[in-house]
Amino acid sequence: MSVGYAILGLLENGPRHGYDLKRSYDERFGHGRALHYGQVYSTLARLLKNGLVEVESEPGEGPDRKRYAITTAGVTDMEGWLGTPEKPEPYLQSTLYTKVVLALLTGRDAADVLDGQRTEHLRLMRELTRRKTDGDLADQLICDHALFHLEADLRWLELTAARLDQLAARVR
Amino acid sequence: MQPLLTAEDVTYSFGPTHALDSASLRVYAGEVLALMGPSGSGKSTLLHCLAGILTPDSGQVTFDGRDITAMSDTARSALRRTDFGFVFQFGQLVPELSCLENVALPLRLAGVGRREAQRRSAEWLERLEVADVAGKRPGQASGGQGQRVAVARALVTRPRVIFADEPTGALDSLNGERVMQLFIAAARDTGAAVVLVTHEARVAAYSDREAVVRDGRVREQEYAR
Ligand SMILES: Nc1ncnc2c1ncn2[C@@H]1O[C@H](COP(=O)(O)OP(=O)(O)OP(=O)(O)O)[C@@H](O)[C@H]1O
Ligand SMILES: [Mg+2]
Repeated sequence: MSVGYAILGLLENGPRHGYDLKRSYDERFGHGRALHYGQVYSTLARLLKNGLVEVESEPGEGPDRKRYAITTAGVTDMEGWLGTPEKPEPYLQSTLYTKVVLALLTGRDAADVLDGQRTEHLRLMRELTRRKTDGDLADQLICDHALFHLEADLRWLELTAARLDQLAARVR
Repeated sequence: MQPLLTAEDVTYSFGPTHALDSASLRVYAGEVLALMGPSGSGKSTLLHCLAGILTPDSGQVTFDGRDITAMSDTARSALRRTDFGFVFQFGQLVPELSCLENVALPLRLAGVGRREAQRRSAEWLERLEVADVAGKRPGQASGGQGQRVAVARALVTRPRVIFADEPTGALDSLNGERVMQLFIAAARDTGAAVVLVTHEARVAAYSDREAVVRDGRVREQEYAR
């Protein structure tokens, strides 16, 4: 996730202090992984250097007296980022596939590799499902995103398990 | 911990087709167990053997320590009525009865009076968020509503095991999710074990544990709770 753009976006509705940005970020985008203050301030320093934000100082002392505001260049940059589609992940360098082929090549049980992976995937899916069931809409959407990806992996595991004999014949 | 329901080396054939080939499985009280595996692997056949709907060619099925394969048909039907509940892919509700009457039916068969049966059924419909279809016939309810009525019917007698064969198979993913959430929460509240046949991982993710059926045999994940 681009922390820089998230911070820029949070600033679009008005200037904010660093600690306030961190709190908002964690609330909306953290999902169990909060930002360090160091990350917030180093990101802000970079945005400052590139002219995407500016500082509005308040009377008083200390770093928390600084309020950050987005610049016109910042707004333009943000717009460009939102307007650019993310590159879809090609998923062609699959460790799972490599493991299956290597298991077959070395005469090990590839079905065990697949079954073990299924169990592990389902374990995570259960955890996410619980989180989703107890959570609000934001939790549901973020967990669903993860669940759909894990489900796709599982379908591939199932399909590969069904074609293992065919694959074994080709690999050897 | 003793399992509540077990299959031991169960074999079952439909004519020349060996649907189950020495399948073994344990189901513990109160757990939600997902039965997964490819189409045609024997999941439904295993479910039907566990529920005493089909009698295995060989092997044993025990419930609460009793061998149900050795029971008389009458005893087995009685067991199905009192201790088991069923949810299938397409609700299988009685089309001529209202949704409320459908839910009340197993209670009526168990000898509960009409008013009491209707009162309890109404509570279950409420719990599954389909109180509004109580007076409608199943044909007038949506697929998702129908499945919730079917879940209510399965739970109303407070069975010890609920057998569910692709309960969300005919629903879109949003409706399917809601049915699963309500179903599993309600089953956990009543302490019923659930045997859940599904080939969808997202549905299986509501379980505590999975068993995979392949070519009529079961690979069971060890209990880890
Ligand atoms: N009534 C029947 N008559 C003949 N063969 C049957 C019958 N029911 C099932 N079979 C066969 O038994 C095998 C196991 O079927 P079963 O219905 O248990 O599979 P399943 O795992 O539930 O599949 P699905 O995911 O498609 O529902 C299959 O080969 C199937 O064709
Ligand atoms: Mg089936």
